[in-house]
Amino acid sequence: MNILEASHIIKDYTGHRALDDVSIEVPEKSIYGLLGPNGAGKTTLIRIINHITAPDSGTVTFCGEPLTAKSISGIGYLPEERGLYKKMRVGEQAVFFARLKGMSTREATRRLKEWFERLEISGWWDKRIEELSKGMAQKVQFIITVLHRPKLLIFDEPFSGFDPINANILKREILRLRDEGATVIFSTHNMGSVEELCDSITLINKSRNILTGRIDELRRKYCDGNYRLTFNGDVHAMTKAIEPYADKIYSPDTDPDAPEKNLIFTLKDNQARRPLIAAANSTADIHGFEAILPSVDNIFIQAVNATTNQ
Amino acid sequence: MANNIVLIIRREYLERVRRKSFIISTILMPVLLIAMMAMPALMVIWSSPESKTIAVVDASGVVAPQLAGNTVMNFIPTPESADSAKANEAYNAVLVIGKDVVEKPDNIQFYTREAAGMQTEQLLTAQITDIIENQRLSKYNIDNLQQIMQDVKANVSIQSFRLDEEGETETSSTASYIIGMVTMMILYMFILLYGQMVMNGIIEEKNNRVLEIVVSSVKPAQLLVGKILGIGSVALTQMLLWGVLIFSFAQWGLPLLTSGMAGSDTELTTAIGNLGDTGYIMGLFATMTLLMMGGYLFYSAIYAAIGSAIDNIQDASQLQMFAVIPIIAGLIISLSVVNDPDSSMAVWTSMIPFTSPMVMMTRVPFGVPGWQLALSVVILAASLVFMIWLSAKIYRVGIFMYGKKPTIKDLIRWARYK
Repeated sequence: MNILEASHIIKDYTGHRALDDVSIEVPEKSIYGLLGPNGAGKTTLIRIINHITAPDSGTVTFCGEPLTAKSISGIGYLPEERGLYKKMRVGEQAVFFARLKGMSTREATRRLKEWFERLEISGWWDKRIEELSKGMAQKVQFIITVLHRPKLLIFDEPFSGFDPINANILKREILRLRDEGATVIFSTHNMGSVEELCDSITLINKSRNILTGRIDELRRKYCDGNYRLTFNGDVHAMTKAIEPYADKIYSPDTDPDAPEKNLIFTLKDNQARRPLIAAANSTADIHGFEAILPSVDNIFIQAVNATTNQ
Repeated sequence: MANNIVLIIRREYLERVRRKSFIISTILMPVLLIAMMAMPALMVIWSSPESKTIAVVDASGVVAPQLAGNTVMNFIPTPESADSAKANEAYNAVLVIGKDVVEKPDNIQFYTREAAGMQTEQLLTAQITDIIENQRLSKYNIDNLQQIMQDVKANVSIQSFRLDEEGETETSSTASYIIGMVTMMILYMFILLYGQMVMNGIIEEKNNRVLEIVVSSVKPAQLLVGKILGIGSVALTQMLLWGVLIFSFAQWGLPLLTSGMAGSDTELTTAIGNLGDTGYIMGLFATMTLLMMGGYLFYSAIYAAIGSAIDNIQDASQLQMFAVIPIIAGLIISLSVVNDPDSSMAVWTSMIPFTSPMVMMTRVPFGVPGWQLALSVVILAASLVFMIWLSAKIYRVGIFMYGKKPTIKDLIRWARYK
């Protein structure tokens, strides 16, 4: 079941169209990547999902029902540009936002204490936000986003501004929330930072949805016949053996004396796979034969080129 | 949902009331006001100003002997020439009087080392005028001139009464004038200060992007109304605290003051007697609070629309004119209305919501027909509701506009969005 469906969303601002017939379907309990370069329209789409702005046309359903102001308590949103009231104390501020989401003071305080302990920031309760570093404030903001246990979590550029250690803590917590039943949407232009987390992605470029699908399927689709052969033997002999079936053969190895050699190449066509393996097998001991899956960055570049060439 | 407005009001209120600056200004402001009023008197008592030595080079021989010095001016007639007197460092100033001064009274020069104060000049002019007039009079050889002049002199003082339902009430236009001016100035200050506080609060929220989290839980209009009411409650708190101070002063401070002043100027005693009437003071205070809140709500809506449209305070100046100019117009009109509180201009401008809080406040101490006050308040209430509604429409669009400086045209376009 899809927890969120946005279909045929169009949003115009004076002078330009921010979203042009964009549709996304987010499966429940998955991690969904909304990817695209800066200014592609991701934030506009997220604001529409958050009921902050309304689309000019198109519909959004949340848990099978049209999105209304009431749906908002089921959504947690971490905006790209982080910000909290600078003069307010951490605990008081977190309780304020929790109460805006409809929680009682007592319940909010109890859950906050739990979260503060888990993220090891218990000592910050009475600090003012202006006394915290940027990364520290982001941790507080993360807690505020997830505190009311929303079904859908939306993180806009979640890892920018975090050091690797804290970014990993954050990833760990996001995965834990997913395991507990939440659905997560990542919006980012830094595609590499989320590709190992996402189940499905949508690529948005210049206000249009140019690619949607499960990430493993997309990778296979865009792998373009690139393979890696790992073996123990003579590189020249192997190159000669597979030449009839492959193009662009090259060796990425730098150490000629390494016991294991690699060759990377592009298959001439799908029928060439079995004869190539047979030829390789009779030349040397094969350790591995694998398709090289493209990174999301690569897929994105290919998809953009494909759409601009049309 | 209404609960959310309460949460926002509470946050805005607590954040500001807890600040040290609020506590300090609430306590310090009345102290400063009283100090400022007492300052001139204290200055006279405490400081003995350095007296100035003024050399008088009098070619006519008429003026110099009759010039009376005082604590600040010490006249020394000198036979020196004007030039040598001017060169003499011992003199702070030199007064040169022409030989034919009685016939040609403009033949007088005054040279000073420092800039001549207006007061000094006025004092000199008055004294010399008296001397010359006396000189001219004496040419007519009238007997008992001194006596006649004494008898002719009249000290006019008018006691005024206001006719109303309860009969004649002794009033003092001077007291009304002072009360009108002071309360109007307080109103002006509050509207400007707290209006700008709303604007700054919105710019700050927009700048540190906390806005986006808030509007993911509440509607922009709710946030706007919550903010305006929250800051309004701060203004009200400050006003009420001052009210308590004024009340205590009227109740216990003034009677002490009046009893110490028995027998002095009748008008002043009436004025202070009026002020000592606690009921009168409280009525005045209630009116002031009502007009202050009305004016604040009206103008804070304008300030909120401006704040939502810009990214930082530096860009505010141009658009801020739309709030500041009418407020200052209210101030200027009040300054003229206080001299003629029942003129048609006074009545009209106390109905127009842009100027009505301040102009009406100026008129109230002079006595305003009840229906006029009521009408003014009703118009103000209706317009502030409209203004907040309009502001919310602009705000809703403005808070997501970053990076460009909008014009008034943009604001009008935003207000028209569906």
